[in-house]
Amino acid sequence: MAFGAFATGVAREQGPRRKSRIALLLLLPGILYLMLFFLVPLISLVLTSLQEPIPNGDIGEYQTAFRWENYADVIGTYGEHILRSFIYAILATIFALLFSYPLAYFIGVKARRWPLVQNLLLVLVIAPFFISFLLRTLAWKSILSDEGFVISGLKALSLMAPDAHFTGTAASVIFGLTYNFIPFMTLPLYSTLERLDTRLLEAGGDLYANPAKTFFRVTIPLSMSGIVSGVLLTFIPAAGDYINASRNFLGGSGTAMIGNVIESNFLVTLNYPAAAALSIILMAVILVMVTAYVKRSGTEDLL
Amino acid sequence: MAKPLPEDPFIRDLVVRAQRAQLSRRSVLKGAGVSAAALSLAACSTGGSAKPKAAKDISDTDKTVRWDNWALYLDVDDDGNYPSLQGFEKQTGIKATYTEAVDDNDTYYGKVKDQLKLGQDIGCDTVCLTDWMVARWIRFGYTQELDHSAMPNLKNLTPALQDVDFDPGRKMSVPWQGGFAGIAWNKDQIPGGLTSVSDLWDPSLKGRVGVLSEMRDTMGCIMQDLGTQIDKKWGDAEFTAAIDVLQKQVTDGQIRNIKGNSYKEDLVNGDTLAAIVWSGDITQLNAENGEHWEFAVPSKGGTLWNDNFLIPIGSEHKKNAEALINYYYDPEVAAMVAAWVNYIPPVVGTKEAMMAIDPDLANNQLIFPSDATLENTHVFRTLTAAEEQKYGTQFQAILLGA
Repeated sequence: MAFGAFATGVAREQGPRRKSRIALLLLLPGILYLMLFFLVPLISLVLTSLQEPIPNGDIGEYQTAFRWENYADVIGTYGEHILRSFIYAILATIFALLFSYPLAYFIGVKARRWPLVQNLLLVLVIAPFFISFLLRTLAWKSILSDEGFVISGLKALSLMAPDAHFTGTAASVIFGLTYNFIPFMTLPLYSTLERLDTRLLEAGGDLYANPAKTFFRVTIPLSMSGIVSGVLLTFIPAAGDYINASRNFLGGSGTAMIGNVIESNFLVTLNYPAAAALSIILMAVILVMVTAYVKRSGTEDLL
Repeated sequence: MAKPLPEDPFIRDLVVRAQRAQLSRRSVLKGAGVSAAALSLAACSTGGSAKPKAAKDISDTDKTVRWDNWALYLDVDDDGNYPSLQGFEKQTGIKATYTEAVDDNDTYYGKVKDQLKLGQDIGCDTVCLTDWMVARWIRFGYTQELDHSAMPNLKNLTPALQDVDFDPGRKMSVPWQGGFAGIAWNKDQIPGGLTSVSDLWDPSLKGRVGVLSEMRDTMGCIMQDLGTQIDKKWGDAEFTAAIDVLQKQVTDGQIRNIKGNSYKEDLVNGDTLAAIVWSGDITQLNAENGEHWEFAVPSKGGTLWNDNFLIPIGSEHKKNAEALINYYYDPEVAAMVAAWVNYIPPVVGTKEAMMAIDPDLANNQLIFPSDATLENTHVFRTLTAAEEQKYGTQFQAILLGA
């Protein structure tokens, strides 16, 4: 599986060959944990997704069945939301990468001469984590509100139509996703760029490559492992995020993502099979996309 | 395998005991495995119609009661104490634990429904939920029958609320506080004010209108605007007509915000200028942020709802909970609460008691509505299970932009 790429790279059986009982014993808590908190819920989720309503049953009453149509139903009803989730997540990942790469490069390479500045900048990247994710998103909502100084300033400068607004639009959701996941993109990029051997860049110049060429032929390939983990750490949670797109935060009724649909089906309309089927579709699509991505970027020996 | 036991009786006894301990350890593990399997099975079966049985009442030996309620729904002093609840503890000697655990009817239900189904304790002995959610609990058999003889103060219950369609005779639930849903607007931006729900669809308010994500309040107001009597018999045609109005206003961008409790932030930050709102919130918003908003019951009718005490099926302190309910039906106590929460108390005599605390509040139409105001507000009729599913899905589809 592609996730093998996350393991410590090239562990080509360097350890002792002898099968150790102790190793197995040490693994036991981990295996038990996975069984109880991953495998059992996963099976229960799959079973729930195949349930059918009890005839004449009350709201939220379902019985075990193998109703595969649940999947077709939710794709038919919520196909738009599924597509929207991945488009938003991909856009947010791209913006986060474009924003984070120069930042990480500056912290990891340019600021090496001044360790104090480097540490300070790192703290600034991590600092938002000290405040709850929800609070930060709510703060943005009020900063970007119609009567807030940002929007009224833009309107005064005629950069926005007088009746236009920002919160509740697709742009505001993508903005929120990008903002909230930037640290997850910056930190892995920083950790690879920090180890970048600048002599290789000098060598590129010595061999008559211009800076752009050096960047694309030397820096990018060397930081590929950081890009891949940053992209994964951003894309996977962004696709399933339901806070930014929620009507109570930066979204509106036209920006619901798959997470919001699952929440609504699970908590409000009590349509558990639909919620479970959507969760499984979300997991499956992410798994396929991530596998393809990791395979393509050939990171098996990079990570 | 079977090694003979040692001869020495003392050592022999020790070995036997050790073996027994070993055995029990193994059975504990086995038990853990079985319970894990049972857990996964329980998670699978969301169906079944066997109603849970009420828990045994241990009120006489355990003088405690736990009460779950919504935020800002009980009088509180500057030190974070609840004066009325302290009065209850002093009067009855029952220790009360008050938790602001209800944030939303649906999420609260989602949190406790699995325990309720098994008849287990959900961590509270009484909880206040809205009419339609109470109706669902009663339908599923998740409530304990109340003993009216233990609550003599219930004679003060407002006559209009003594018989409701989801709980004839109030056998299972008793009102806590009530309120209206109607329209509110920003007085600075809309000096002319609004009178009906259709005024919200005025083009000058495009993109600045909000409605509640609570289906019965938003749909109740729109349906009445279209001429439906929401407390009488109506069906799919009436509901769908109102859904079409809502859908059109959302699609056209007239309505931007559809929210629950958090709609207040939009009023404060100016994203929303006019909205369908809950009456008590506007009184509180004006008190906190200056007098910027005005509330009105729409000319064609607003909705009236109540949050009700009920005793969950797994509670072991039914008698203590009944004592608590009885205490809050004392008009003096009800006035203490109403002076702070600004919602409608269901207790006859509260207005008179309020006169002594704050005559201004006693004349507030939103707390002590006149008969004329009450005549123009109606309770959204109780839906059948099938309707609840169908209408809920239709309404949610608009919220999700599907």
